[in-house]
Amino acid sequence: MYPAAFAYHRAESVDAAVELLGEHEDAKLLAGGHSLLPMMKLRLAQPEVLVDIGRLPLDGIGAGPDGLTVGALATHHRVATSADVTGRWQAFAEAAASIGDPIVRNHGTAGGNVAHADPASDLPAALLALDGELCATGPDGARQVPAGGFFQGLLTTALEPAEVLTELRLPAPGPRAGSVYLKFEHPASGFAVCGAAAVVELDADGRCARARLCFNGVTEVPLDAGAVAAALAGSDLDDSAIEQAVGDCLLVEEPLADTFASAEYRAHLARVYARRALRAARDRARTAGGRPDGAVG
Amino acid sequence: MSDPVHAEQGRPEPVTVTITINGRVYRAQVEPRTLLVHFIREQARLTGTNIGCETGLCGACTVLLDGAGVRACTQLAAQADGRAVTTIEGLADGDTLHPLQQAFWEQHALQCGYCTPGMILACVDLLQKNPDPSDQEVREALKGNLCRCTGYHNIVEAVRHAAGAMAGGAEMERKG
Repeated sequence: MYPAAFAYHRAESVDAAVELLGEHEDAKLLAGGHSLLPMMKLRLAQPEVLVDIGRLPLDGIGAGPDGLTVGALATHHRVATSADVTGRWQAFAEAAASIGDPIVRNHGTAGGNVAHADPASDLPAALLALDGELCATGPDGARQVPAGGFFQGLLTTALEPAEVLTELRLPAPGPRAGSVYLKFEHPASGFAVCGAAAVVELDADGRCARARLCFNGVTEVPLDAGAVAAALAGSDLDDSAIEQAVGDCLLVEEPLADTFASAEYRAHLARVYARRALRAARDRARTAGGRPDGAVG
Repeated sequence: MSDPVHAEQGRPEPVTVTITINGRVYRAQVEPRTLLVHFIREQARLTGTNIGCETGLCGACTVLLDGAGVRACTQLAAQADGRAVTTIEGLADGDTLHPLQQAFWEQHALQCGYCTPGMILACVDLLQKNPDPSDQEVREALKGNLCRCTGYHNIVEAVRHAAGAMAGGAEMERKG
């Protein structure tokens, strides 16, 4: 099964890629190709031009006091196994580790994953829950887009047609923070039917200073359950507080539905995974509090 | 850069790719949409790499690209330009089978054999990352490789045996 014919260009720099995207109206970027090429074979995408950025030096991963940077071309395998990521951005590492299978993770890229914006993918909710931002370079230079404004619809992002996503940035979590990504996956495809990313930060008294809860798979764009997070602020985060916040405040508007999972089922999964993810993030935050470096073990 | 013949026919310019497969260099002009699996089968005439689902779900086309497992159906030949590929034909050392091949044989880890080349190369990838995997880890690693004869039990056995054989071999080398 071949994709429809296209012209192929290999970009030698980000600027060259931006230029090529500007020159050709119906051009798409090719990174790992693990989302785009299957779509092209199925004729769900039929670009006239592919601009291959796979060899650009955009695959660095680095953690510092200010946060984590993940180059757009870092593979899922590297994100999932890099000590820089697994230490303090566990939800992000776990989301990367749950994409596809090990062979797909060898070549699929973090930037490609989020730019593809598949609602059943794994990185978007983790990126949103960890307050990530995305760096893109276009004809007018570089800009940053917060994750909250990046995902705009089914397979649709804030990227302009001639922009190249170059880097993902995640701010450093506080000293008593924990995060987690849990997923109910389709048993055959592995895609998220419901994926929950939760982040919890504790104050000096062990109460909830800040919480975040976001989902993949249940709605067209990653769902930010801000009302649940707000209800938890200041609470002691015990199981009953979590139960009540989720029960009272988790609203899933227009859940996705397909032959595998109905809208009602997805909304139910969201409640179950909300509770599990918040409890797991809380437990990690409590453990982190006992460690001087604040790392989540 | 424009190629008048192809432009006239509305066909994109071909790309020249050079790929080393099992140590031998293959160079060809191909259509940009040529997939790595087609390059391996049709240019190099190595047909041990099978085509299954074609959308990256079944794993039958798994090969190694610069040492790391890849779905050859989800990769353009152009993406592999200048790189090295290992297929099932490149694993044995002369008449000596690779420990995974030997273990698949001995443990009866195949029936029809269609998934076997992809299985074995995915397991090479696994054992590079984790030389002593548990049954569960082997099953996780083979999540993207489908066997429709349902031979998974013996496949897991074979991988554990191969891991043991490879560790034993390494041990003997260390002891000299």
